Amino acid sequence: MSGAKYIVRRLLWSLVVLFGLSILIFCIARIIPGDTATMALGSTATEEAKELYRETHHLNDPFIKQYAYWITDALQGNFGESTQTKQPVVEDIKTFLPATLELILFAAILEIVGGIGLGVACARRAGGVLDNSIRVVSYLGIATPSYVWAIFFMLIFCYWVPVLPTIGRISASVAAPASITGFYLIDSLLTGNFTAFWDVLKHLVMPGTALALTGIAQSARITRSSMLDNMSKDFVGAEISSGIPMRKVMWQYVLRPSAAPSVSIIALDIAAMLGNAFVVEQVFSYPGVSKYCLNAILNKDLNAIVGVVMVIGVSFLVVNILVDIISAFLDPRNRL
Amino acid sequence: MGKTERKTRTLTRGQARMDKVKRSWYRFSRNKMSVVGLVGVIFVVLVAIFQDVLAPYPEHAQAYTNYAAMKLAPCAEYLFGTDGTGRDVLSRVIFSFRNALIMGVGVICVAAPIGVVFGLLAGYYKGKWISTVIMRVVDIFLSLPSLVLALAVSALFSPTLFHSMMAITFSWWAWYARLVYGSAASVRNEYFVKSAELIGASRAHIILREILPNCWSTILTKMTMDMGVVILMGSTLSFVGLGAQPPQPDLGTMIADGYKLLPECWWLTIFPALAIMLIVLAFNLFGDGISDMLNSKEA
Repeated sequence: MSGAKYIVRRLLWSLVVLFGLSILIFCIARIIPGDTATMALGSTATEEAKELYRETHHLNDPFIKQYAYWITDALQGNFGESTQTKQPVVEDIKTFLPATLELILFAAILEIVGGIGLGVACARRAGGVLDNSIRVVSYLGIATPSYVWAIFFMLIFCYWVPVLPTIGRISASVAAPASITGFYLIDSLLTGNFTAFWDVLKHLVMPGTALALTGIAQSARITRSSMLDNMSKDFVGAEISSGIPMRKVMWQYVLRPSAAPSVSIIALDIAAMLGNAFVVEQVFSYPGVSKYCLNAILNKDLNAIVGVVMVIGVSFLVVNILVDIISAFLDPRNRL
Repeated sequence: MGKTERKTRTLTRGQARMDKVKRSWYRFSRNKMSVVGLVGVIFVVLVAIFQDVLAPYPEHAQAYTNYAAMKLAPCAEYLFGTDGTGRDVLSRVIFSFRNALIMGVGVICVAAPIGVVFGLLAGYYKGKWISTVIMRVVDIFLSLPSLVLALAVSALFSPTLFHSMMAITFSWWAWYARLVYGSAASVRNEYFVKSAELIGASRAHIILREILPNCWSTILTKMTMDMGVVILMGSTLSFVGLGAQPPQPDLGTMIADGYKLLPECWWLTIFPALAIMLIVLAFNLFGDGISDMLNSKEA
């Protein structure tokens, strides 16, 4: 099957999954123990007000009809109003999503560069100091929740050796860059505001590392072992003996066939970051969509929960599709 | 046969069983880290069982106030220090082991059988509509990060340990279904399944007695490897306030309360965090060993 056809099929299939996800989320949000109207209006609301709310929000209709109303609205980008902020959920998501995406992209870049770079370094000197320390970090990393890393970093770099800012996305003393893309790093570069760029970067270092640390160690391990597997193959011996420098052999000829497993591990990690961002943002009071959703969860703000969860579902699918495409590119055998 | 005739060893049934145990132990213990993991797991389980005996101040595990001894740094009397209401952190850490184990075992023991049943059905009926339906539902459940799904589900209930276990189970069974589907679908086409079908064995017999035993090692491996992951996820839920509620001792909740008092009262955060790392690391290493034991082909 040709590449384009494969991608189209993959996209169509994702739409089906997304549709299923919307049904699942809708069911979860409606089968709650408790009256939606009471939860939206508060327990002090009068019976007439609740009845009016139910009538306007179609809560008295049969389940399927309710879903039809909801999905029609959702497709037009309307997830209703958040009971916390009293604003349309979509507006809230637009405000908070760029921060989270920026954080996750930052962590993902850390993981890709760090994981693959360290993996190659470990493969060159298997059994060395670096190799063994990566092994320890990866064991500890899997055993440690990311919020614990976040707290450890906070303790070390904010309190014991105060070099990094503790909370938020940008210092109060620094003006936020004019919003063009919503990504502070890109915006500040575009407007030439380097003070803001540096400040935002410093705010990203700790939450980003806390999110990526486990993944860096794991992907380094995977890269290392698949590179070691490939290094015993004949073609590598041929390249080395024909005098190609070791560095070039490693980075150009061994890495490419070895990268496919790392790519899928990294993808799983980036997907997991979408979940772990919830706690890491909480620890660093980072104003992202996960923190917003967590508050919504704690306050049972259903529209907001459903909206954010759908957005996360879409991001998750996008990551998965990208990974499939990348690994098909890296290893033609994976093409379906 | 001639030369290659089998050497007959006379083994009693007991000896044969011992032999098998020894061989399994050899495979398990070939990696010394697995043995470390086993010791860790035994330690954690013993602590969870004998919590009342081991904790220096068992009464501190619940609501208890002693403002005279609040926020004390680790000392001889309180090895891990005391928290904001004067409770001994060591005792509370010890008492939280049981909840962590209940979380792990509870979730896996419910999620695994559900997932296995669906996975077996989907694998056996591969190509039929029932298999398609099951696996598409599985796809939908796995189209969100498990933590996000668990968070969303636990939002709907009042926060308790039991409800957070339900939420994690809800987002976890699909992994087992997908795993078992894969191995069941490949076993399904083996000759012994075909011959059982020809003899006229019932579907239940084929699924439970022919296919399931061939999936056991995959399922058991996944179950042991999952213990650590589930405990981590449970602690994450309770960290954000969706798990066991105070005054119940719970590692996630203790960290959540403790980190607000950083950096002065570092012991409130560090010790529960180390306890989580210990529990999860022990189960992960143990899981690696089990996986070596069940999946290594050479004797």
